[in-house]
Amino acid sequence: MSRPSPSRLRIWLPPLLIVAALIGLWELAARLDVLASALNIEPFLVPAPSDIAQSLWRDHALLADNGWVTLKEVLAGFALSIAAGTGFAVLLHLSPTLRRAVYPLLVASQTVPIVVVAPILVVWLGFGIGPKLAIIALICFFPITVNTLDGLGSVDPDLVKMMRSLDAGRWQTFRRVEAPTALPYFFSGAKIAVAVAVIGAVFGEWAGSSAGLGHLIQEASAQLQTARTFAAVVVLSTLAIVLFALLAALERRVAWWGPTRGRI
Amino acid sequence: MRTTSEAPVAEPQPVSGPAGRPGGADRRAAASPPRAAAGVEIAALAHSFGELRVIERLELSVRPGEVLGLVGPSGCGKSTLLELVGGLREPRSGTITVGGQRGPKARLAGCAYMPQRDLLLPWLTAIDNAGLALRNRGARRAEARRAAHPLFERFGLAGFERARPPELSGGMRQRIAFLRTLLAGKPVVLLDEPFASLDAITRAEMQEWLAGALAAESRTAILVSHDVEEALYLSDRVAVLSARPATTVVELAAPTPRALPRRDAVTASAFTAARERALTALARGPR
Repeated sequence: MSRPSPSRLRIWLPPLLIVAALIGLWELAARLDVLASALNIEPFLVPAPSDIAQSLWRDHALLADNGWVTLKEVLAGFALSIAAGTGFAVLLHLSPTLRRAVYPLLVASQTVPIVVVAPILVVWLGFGIGPKLAIIALICFFPITVNTLDGLGSVDPDLVKMMRSLDAGRWQTFRRVEAPTALPYFFSGAKIAVAVAVIGAVFGEWAGSSAGLGHLIQEASAQLQTARTFAAVVVLSTLAIVLFALLAALERRVAWWGPTRGRI
Repeated sequence: MRTTSEAPVAEPQPVSGPAGRPGGADRRAAASPPRAAAGVEIAALAHSFGELRVIERLELSVRPGEVLGLVGPSGCGKSTLLELVGGLREPRSGTITVGGQRGPKARLAGCAYMPQRDLLLPWLTAIDNAGLALRNRGARRAEARRAAHPLFERFGLAGFERARPPELSGGMRQRIAFLRTLLAGKPVVLLDEPFASLDAITRAEMQEWLAGALAAESRTAILVSHDVEEALYLSDRVAVLSARPATTVVELAAPTPRALPRRDAVTASAFTAARERALTALARGPR
């Protein structure tokens, strides 16, 4: 089961090299005004990575404050979508009739353009955290529901027969077989969800807010502070990556029998 | 307990009592005694999946404590038959009784089904897999472990209680799957080609192990196999089934008494003669 793991260096060196090379190229292109002249814009509109790094340092208090606001929205919205997503999945799994009736609606909910709905939600729920949570939950519950439902449905029918023969009732089969089978699937959905949750938070803040990284991005780009805009994007991406990595680590601990076992 | 009463078999040959099965002499107390020994009676059984007739005019009788082997061509409905007996399916027509009772609930309560694959739950340790039925009936984890522990000792699995299924070999996994079936504490165990997935050497080892385990436990067992030799070695009596729709071609009493070492048993002349008869019947088909 366990393969000898390649050294950390061999795992991390290729992506680091690629990222470093891209940053280097960008730095060069920005410094030599290649990008600005190609786009026919003012050179100050194209910040070099070193400018962004500088902004990250200079604006760290601003970025931290707004990042904290966004992080709270993401965590609360994500928690909400986990509750709603798994709840939906279990309900639809237990009732095939309900599944046939509601599944198309679930899919339809994902075709709603968030950018259009966000301002309406702000009108309805105000400028507070409410509309952000609603938007994050709206886009996050879907991958969680679909994946968890697939997981619950992927149980080996022979296992169910065996459980019946071993005196298991509906609840025991769910608890001992179906739920653990679905757990790795749930994590797949949750990992997708946590990455898009950050996008949801930004949309929510754009529709109306007074703080948050989305708000900061909007403000900075309106003022043509491109370095600060990029710095906010860097913080946003870092947030998503860290949350994703935390989930992946949690998955390895609590759902180690899943298909991702042994992968980085 | 095994009975010594004789049931008519197609080719009359003495079917012996407790000493008949290998290892019968050193029978020890059952780990989780079944509520009562129960026989299985199958009469005029027929089953089909839509148009496909799987079983027809099947008559079988298994005495309490007896091990009945079922052999037949692959795809002849042996697994379906076990599911029917175990109350996991309802037959189209005919009757099946387990311990004298007909209903699917009673059959489910009387039989423990061991599927072809071990189907151990990877999220549970070996001992928790073994105690699954007890947990399903509401026992606490510690209680289930206490009940399973002596069987690990007895059946050569001591030290593997905490192992995770993916860490175990195929033979080990099958042993634990069998313990799980025994710990369900039901009078009848239904074994569906328990060693089909193992390599030849492990299979021979496991057959010897199962022969000892069945001898130590007073259970009625129906053992499906596609391997005539395996069925003859492990069972008191072997029923040869025809190709689909399955019906009984011939019933053979396994040669007895037998030595426990498998190599000695399967090379005995009575054994090879019985094997030839079974193979001839398999090739001939019904009538």
